Amino acid sequence: MNDSVGERPAISVVNLRVSYGEREILHGISFDVQQGETVVVLGGSGSGKSTLLRTLVGLEKPSGGEVWIKGVNIAQASEDELDEIRKKVGVSFQDGALFGSMTVGDNVALPLREHTRLEESTIEIMVRIKLEQVGLASFEDFMPSQLSGGMKKRAAVARALAMDPEMLFFDEPSAGLDPIIAAGIDELILSLKKAYAMSMVVVTHELASAFLIADRMLLIDRGNIIAIGTKQELAASSNPRVRQFLDRVPEPQVEDELSYVKMLTANRETRR
Amino acid sequence: MKTEGITALPGRVGLSTLKVLAYVGGLARLAGESAHAVFIGPFQGRRLRPQRAFHQAMAVGVKAIPIVSLISFFVGLIMALQSGYELRRLGAMQLVADAVAISIVRELGPLITAIIVIGRSGSAFAAEIGTMKVTEEVDALEVMAIRPVAFLVAPKFLAMLVMMPCLTIWADCMGVMGGCLFGVAGANFTFASYLEATRDALVLRDLYTGLVKSALFALAITAVGCQEGFSTGAGAEEVGRSTTEAVVISILMVIVVDLVFTALFYVTSGA
Repeated sequence: MNDSVGERPAISVVNLRVSYGEREILHGISFDVQQGETVVVLGGSGSGKSTLLRTLVGLEKPSGGEVWIKGVNIAQASEDELDEIRKKVGVSFQDGALFGSMTVGDNVALPLREHTRLEESTIEIMVRIKLEQVGLASFEDFMPSQLSGGMKKRAAVARALAMDPEMLFFDEPSAGLDPIIAAGIDELILSLKKAYAMSMVVVTHELASAFLIADRMLLIDRGNIIAIGTKQELAASSNPRVRQFLDRVPEPQVEDELSYVKMLTANRETRR
Repeated sequence: MKTEGITALPGRVGLSTLKVLAYVGGLARLAGESAHAVFIGPFQGRRLRPQRAFHQAMAVGVKAIPIVSLISFFVGLIMALQSGYELRRLGAMQLVADAVAISIVRELGPLITAIIVIGRSGSAFAAEIGTMKVTEEVDALEVMAIRPVAFLVAPKFLAMLVMMPCLTIWADCMGVMGGCLFGVAGANFTFASYLEATRDALVLRDLYTGLVKSALFALAITAVGCQEGFSTGAGAEEVGRSTTEAVVISILMVIVVDLVFTALFYVTSGA
C-alpha cells in the first residue's frame, strides 16, 4: 500500500471533489502536505476552503477523488478506520467548539478519558501541561462562557493537543480576534511547530498571519487551486486572481448592461 | 393547469409518505445506534457512560417530580369532579373511585406524564443538541473519534426508559390522591375506604399496559427530540425551529403510539 514509507507525505489529496447536493464546491483539487510541514490554505469567503478542511477531517464525504492520511484513504474508510485516524489528529474549530456544559479542564480531558485508560490523576496533570502550553494555566476550572474569544481558541488548541496528535488542523485561527490577540495565536502556532514538528493545515484568509506561519501556501478560488508554493513563490505570482487576493483588490462590480437589465426583469420562476 | 394539479397529486402524496417513512427510519436508526452503544459497545472495548445517564435521569426524572405531582393530582381531582357530576344523577357516587382509578392508571397517568416530559425534556434534548450542532460541538465530538449518538443520545434513552415508567407510577398515585380528595370531601368515602375501592377497581393488567405505553412514549420522545436536534441547520433561529418541531412531533407520536397500543390491548383482551 505504501511503498516509500520514509517519504510518504502526511496528507495526500488527489483530484478531490466535494458536493453539497447538486452544487459542487471543490472541483478536483490535488496537493500534498509533507511530514512536519505547515500548509496554509488561503481563499476568500465561499471559495471552498472550509469545505476542504471539513473533508480532510472526515466531516464531509467527497463525491470523488482520494484523501490519503497516514496510508488510509479516508474517502473510502469505514467509520472505525476513520476513528483510528481521528485519534491521531487534532482539530481547532473556528469558534473553539468547546463543550459549554463542561469546564475548560474537562474539555481538554474528554478525549483522554474517552480513549485512554489513564488514571484520573495522570489525566489531571496532562490537562495542566496542555493548558500551560497554550498559556491558559490555572484556567482549568473556568467554564467556556467565562473565557474571551482568544482564550477559547487557545483552550480549543489545548483540547486538540490532548492526544498528542501527529497532525493539527486549524479553521480560521485568527478570525474575529483583535490584531494583538490574533498575533498571539500566530505565535502559539509557531511555537507548536517548533516544539512538535507536527504537520499542520491552517485555513485562513488573514494574509499577514499566513505569511508568518506558512511553509507553503495554497490559494483556493471558486473550488480550484489557483496557486501553490512557498511564500516567495506566491508573492511573486503573476496570476491575476492571485494578485487580486494578495493586493486586496475588490471584486469589480461592473456588469454589462444587458445582463443587468435581464437580472432586474427576470421573473422568479425562470431565475431559479 | 387544472389537470396538472390532479396528476401531480399522487406524486405529492407519495413524496410526503416517503418523507414520513424516512423520518421514522431516522428515529429507528437513532434508537438502534444507541442500543448498540449500550448493549454491544462495552464488549468491543468502547466506553459506557453511566454517569452521563445518571445525570440525565436526574434532569428528566427527579426534577420533574414536583410538576408531575401537581398536575396529576389536579387531573385526578378533575376526573373525580367530572364523573361525580354524572354519577350523582344516577345515585352511584361510590363508583367515583373506580372511574378515577381506571381512567388515571390506564390512560391519563401515562399520557399526562408524557406531555410534561415532552415539554420539559423533549424540547431540552432538541435545544441542547441543536445548539451543539450550531456551535460545531457535534463536529468536534466526531473529529475526536467520539460518536455523537453514543455520547449524547444513548444516555438520554437510558435515562428516559428508566424514569418515564417511574414517573408514570408516581403520577398514577398522585392522580388517585386527587380523586381521593373529592371522594373524602364530597362522596362519603374515608381515606382508607377510597384506597380500598381503588384497589378493588384495578387489575394488574391496567397497571402494566400503562407502563408499557409509558416506556414506548419514552422511546418516541427521546428519538424525536434528538433527531430534531441533529437536523438543526445553521443559526440560532434554527434551534428554536427544531425545539418547536420536537414538541409538536413528539405529542403527535405519543398520541399515535397511544392509540395503536390501546387498540392492541383492546383487541387482545376482547377474546
